[in-house]
Amino acid sequence: MITARKLLGALALTTAATLTAACGASDTGAEGSKATDVKLRMTVWTSNEDQLKLFNAIGDAYRADHPAVSSITFESLPFADYNTTLTTQIAGGNAPDLAWMGDLSKDLMASDALVGLTDKLKATDGWQYDDLVDSATKEFSRDGKLYAYPFSNSPFALYVNTDLLAKAGQKIDPKTLTWDQVAAAGAAVHAKTGKAGFVVRDFDYKSWNTLATVWTGFGGSAWSADGKTCTFDSPEMQRAFTFLHDAAFKTSAMPGPGTKADFFAGDAAFTVAQVSRASLLTGSFKFGLYPLPAGPSGKYAVLGQAGVGVLAASKHPDQATDFLAYLTNPANAAKLAQFFPPPRKSLLTGAKLAENNKKLTAAQLQEVVVDQLPNAVTLPNHTSPAEIAQKGKTALDALWKADADIPAVLKSVCTAIDPILAK
Amino acid sequence: MRYWTTRRRDVLTGYLFIAPQLAGVLLFVLIPVGLAIWYSLNKWNVFTGKQVFVGADHYAALASDPQLPKVLLATVVFSGGVVVLNITLGLLIAVLLNRRFRGATFFRTLFFSPVVVSVVAWTLVWGFLLQDNGGINGLLHAIGVDGPNWLQHGDTAMLSVIVSQVVRSVGVNMVLFLAALQGVPSELYEAARIDGAHSRSIFTRITLPLISPTVLLTAIITVVGALQSFAQIAVLTGGGPELSTTVLVYYVFQQAFEFNDIGYGSTLALMLLSFVMVLTLLQWQLRRKWVFHEQ
Repeated sequence: MITARKLLGALALTTAATLTAACGASDTGAEGSKATDVKLRMTVWTSNEDQLKLFNAIGDAYRADHPAVSSITFESLPFADYNTTLTTQIAGGNAPDLAWMGDLSKDLMASDALVGLTDKLKATDGWQYDDLVDSATKEFSRDGKLYAYPFSNSPFALYVNTDLLAKAGQKIDPKTLTWDQVAAAGAAVHAKTGKAGFVVRDFDYKSWNTLATVWTGFGGSAWSADGKTCTFDSPEMQRAFTFLHDAAFKTSAMPGPGTKADFFAGDAAFTVAQVSRASLLTGSFKFGLYPLPAGPSGKYAVLGQAGVGVLAASKHPDQATDFLAYLTNPANAAKLAQFFPPPRKSLLTGAKLAENNKKLTAAQLQEVVVDQLPNAVTLPNHTSPAEIAQKGKTALDALWKADADIPAVLKSVCTAIDPILAK
Repeated sequence: MRYWTTRRRDVLTGYLFIAPQLAGVLLFVLIPVGLAIWYSLNKWNVFTGKQVFVGADHYAALASDPQLPKVLLATVVFSGGVVVLNITLGLLIAVLLNRRFRGATFFRTLFFSPVVVSVVAWTLVWGFLLQDNGGINGLLHAIGVDGPNWLQHGDTAMLSVIVSQVVRSVGVNMVLFLAALQGVPSELYEAARIDGAHSRSIFTRITLPLISPTVLLTAIITVVGALQSFAQIAVLTGGGPELSTTVLVYYVFQQAFEFNDIGYGSTLALMLLSFVMVLTLLQWQLRRKWVFHEQ
């Protein structure tokens, strides 16, 4: 008969054997990691081969001058799960040394999980810290110190399918274009061709933060400047959401919930998307690219950003920071600029950006990138971004019905997210 | 006296045989459950690794979580729908396909084939079919019916998730029921027919009792599977619209991995574990009342 004591003995034996095996495996890894054998790992959300090739080339050049760094790995994580995967890696004790970051940056900075970069970058010969544009560094700074280098600063712009507009007999003047005109032309295109009018790319009635590309033109904002009070229920936001609701349910200028329309596949007349999305243009239709249309409160610009920072949990924070300084020095920043609009004033001219851009002209890049950057605001960014996004989405779901009570729904958004903002 | 007697050697051999399974249970069940209990008692800043002991705070938070009642309701509706449809349809299809007719093998393969398809791929395809201008509404439009916007309204979104889950997984129950049906001795059917029994009586008085152990097995498997369904919700609806399809396991994921509240997520996970255990034990205890075991 098997007694409890014997069973426990067997369990202990099994555990000991398993742990011994696990420790053995761990020891092997430790032996291979000498003090001079520094292996750096950087998580990225791109899987674009050309971009990874460039990163690897810069990494190889750095290693040639720094023999103590035996490898630099760029680990591609899927964009949709990027934040979750990164935080899981950090929580699991497997933090990368460097990481791309978007809306997670506030949480990382608030938790002191990032290494301050300002001193190192200023002390690096030839780095030219003063070359950085202030509007680009704002989101990644705290108390005057930079915690992530804003390597990608891609303003949102209005892409226009001029073939579709012509088919529907619509003409627009990009110089004086307003949201009302876009909605009118979009509704006409939909009525005439069955294709969609305007699409806010990636919104899909879920990612409501992308609607900042519209509501900013109406003078709205998701929360107050100090980030502590929700302003979804402001008159400006009510006006902006009434405009969007009408476009979805009255004029059909915007495809309704559950309807897919990809501008870059030729399914829509207009789309709001980042300038970097121009790479999706295939040449299957004629297009125009302009700054965002004016709203009732005038002209404005919105920026989508990505930064790269060094995690405090890195096993080699000094080497990682040194590599970051190299990765982002003026010479390498110029190379990165072929994919990502840079934060350096010296590189921000239409002509320079056009040197490596096959899709857009110097004039277009000057107008939609360079001229927009200095006054651009970023998409809403706050600590606990995922919780705010989910609670806001849950409340906003009630808005995407034909008979929605817009002021009541917007108030419910504030009820949902105010406690998180106040944390 | 020799220590390694035959009996001791036999006992050791037995332990060595079960050691891999014990190691699996220990590493992948007992230790994670123990860690979940520990995490549920702590507030963990995942970015810095700092943990602060908060005692029963997370358990108290369960009572004041305004979203939890809606989540539990969605869990009950989803699991109930999946379990009832999965077992009844599985049994119905198995009974139909247990007959000899031309093409039976083709239909068995047809109904089982979704089981081997990746759940994410399966759900993505359903997502395209169910969108407002998707395939299902296209078919409905062809026969003059205006289909609803399936994934944008609470009721139809839940129905969509349940149906996509049932169509994908009903093949497993069908195969189990088919195996059980083929194990029913044919002489019992012959004797019943000679005695003048109707088809309905034969099914309820002979077939069902004899396959009742399989019904118990499928019920337990289906209940546990339904409570663990995650990918369908994550890919098809993301828990929306509003909270209509946010089931408990998806809520656990949101809290722990999206909101980085590992402590509260662990507390919710332990609640889910307790539901699964209670339901399984309940079914196991109730088996005495309806499961027939041939002596």
